[in-house]
Amino acid sequence: MDGTDVNVVTLVQQGDRDAFRVLVERHSRAVFRVAYRLTGHEQDAEDVVQETFLRAYRQIGQFEARSSFATWLYRIAFNCAHDLLRQRPRRGTRPSLDDHEAGTLRAELADPSPEADPAQVLMSRRLGSRLQSALSGLTTQERAAFVMRHYEGLSIDEIGRTLSLGDSAAKHSVFRAVRKLRLALADGA
Amino acid sequence: MRHIDDDELVLHGYGEDTGSDVQAHLADCPGCRARFDALRQDLAVFDHAAVPERSDDYGASVWARLEPHLPDRPSPARWRERLNAWMTWQTCAMAGGVAVLVVAAFVAGRLTRTPVPAAFQAVEASAETVRERVLLIAVGDHLERSRMVLVEIVNNPGAGAAELPLGQASADDLVATNRLYRRTALDRGDTAMASALEELERILVEIANGRAAETDGNLADLRERIESQGLLFKVTVLGAQVRQRQQDALTTRPSRTDSTT
Repeated sequence: MDGTDVNVVTLVQQGDRDAFRVLVERHSRAVFRVAYRLTGHEQDAEDVVQETFLRAYRQIGQFEARSSFATWLYRIAFNCAHDLLRQRPRRGTRPSLDDHEAGTLRAELADPSPEADPAQVLMSRRLGSRLQSALSGLTTQERAAFVMRHYEGLSIDEIGRTLSLGDSAAKHSVFRAVRKLRLALADGA
Repeated sequence: MRHIDDDELVLHGYGEDTGSDVQAHLADCPGCRARFDALRQDLAVFDHAAVPERSDDYGASVWARLEPHLPDRPSPARWRERLNAWMTWQTCAMAGGVAVLVVAAFVAGRLTRTPVPAAFQAVEASAETVRERVLLIAVGDHLERSRMVLVEIVNNPGAGAAELPLGQASADDLVATNRLYRRTALDRGDTAMASALEELERILVEIANGRAAETDGNLADLRERIESQGLLFKVTVLGAQVRQRQQDALTTRPSRTDSTT
């Protein structure tokens, strides 16, 4: 099915349940990416993706196209991630590899192809772990603001609307996040 | 020369408007340029935070997991619809009429608080009873509307903040109405009623100013406060008391025969 997000949303609002599939297929990877950056954990990110689309479907009657559908979804994803992080016991500041990630790492290290340098793979993994550790030192709001600004390229204005913050609060969330992240990098250097 | 602070450098680095000519300053100031380069290098490190890859058919697999859990139709905007159902123009007009009547009755009551001849005392008592009944009916209606809102919040613990976009007009109307009745109760010396309405007002103001809908955390806090204060129970009891007082006002209404004997 073709059509802009707004057109497809209108179909869903009119009761066309299958049209929602188009939105899920169109936005799943982006929502997963945001969810992973917000939670820092693959399985949590999968849970957030599932819950985000479930809530989006239930609440789609409230979508009024004042923002883009993607921004609206980000807001729901942020709320889902926020809820999940509140409910679950805090994971260690240095995230452990889950089974899938550990399996991937083993496969990468065992990869006999010439371009797969085990030292490089390990360095990259260590760096990834350090960055996740730094990100996990942020509050949920700071982390969301940083993810949206740094990785998703949302403007301060869009971040404010997504997180229901004023411009000044959105800016300061980004500032605090950057300060904390730089400090975390300096501490671990 | 005013140097560029770190926050302005962050904004500049992300291409946001800083309100000053940062670029020109960086060209002239080696110190600020060095700080800006260090910031860029630090933030560039975070570009290496990898996200696990998802295949092209990831969306289809999400749909396959999701589809069995979807209801047949998405819910309409429940909160807004129910409140809007209350706030039809007829109910608005009626509520406005009642409010005007209550205020007029109150003002009339204040203005006529002069000694009246004995022959008018019964009529005065009857007018007071009518005012009382009008007020009780209006307050009863307001309490029922407020109770519905509280029930929706308390009984949907799974609902997220995004499910709480109360119609602004409806929420503002509840606050304004509550304020009017609270002041009237205070003026009438009904401190118990005024105190309960004051407690309710604090929650209604939070709903109306949108803070509760900002995040799920705020909504959870609001829900917790409603529960810890036993507000839903208080509003329910208050509503029952108001209904009882309506009944009492009916049964104790002085009849014309009584007043003339």
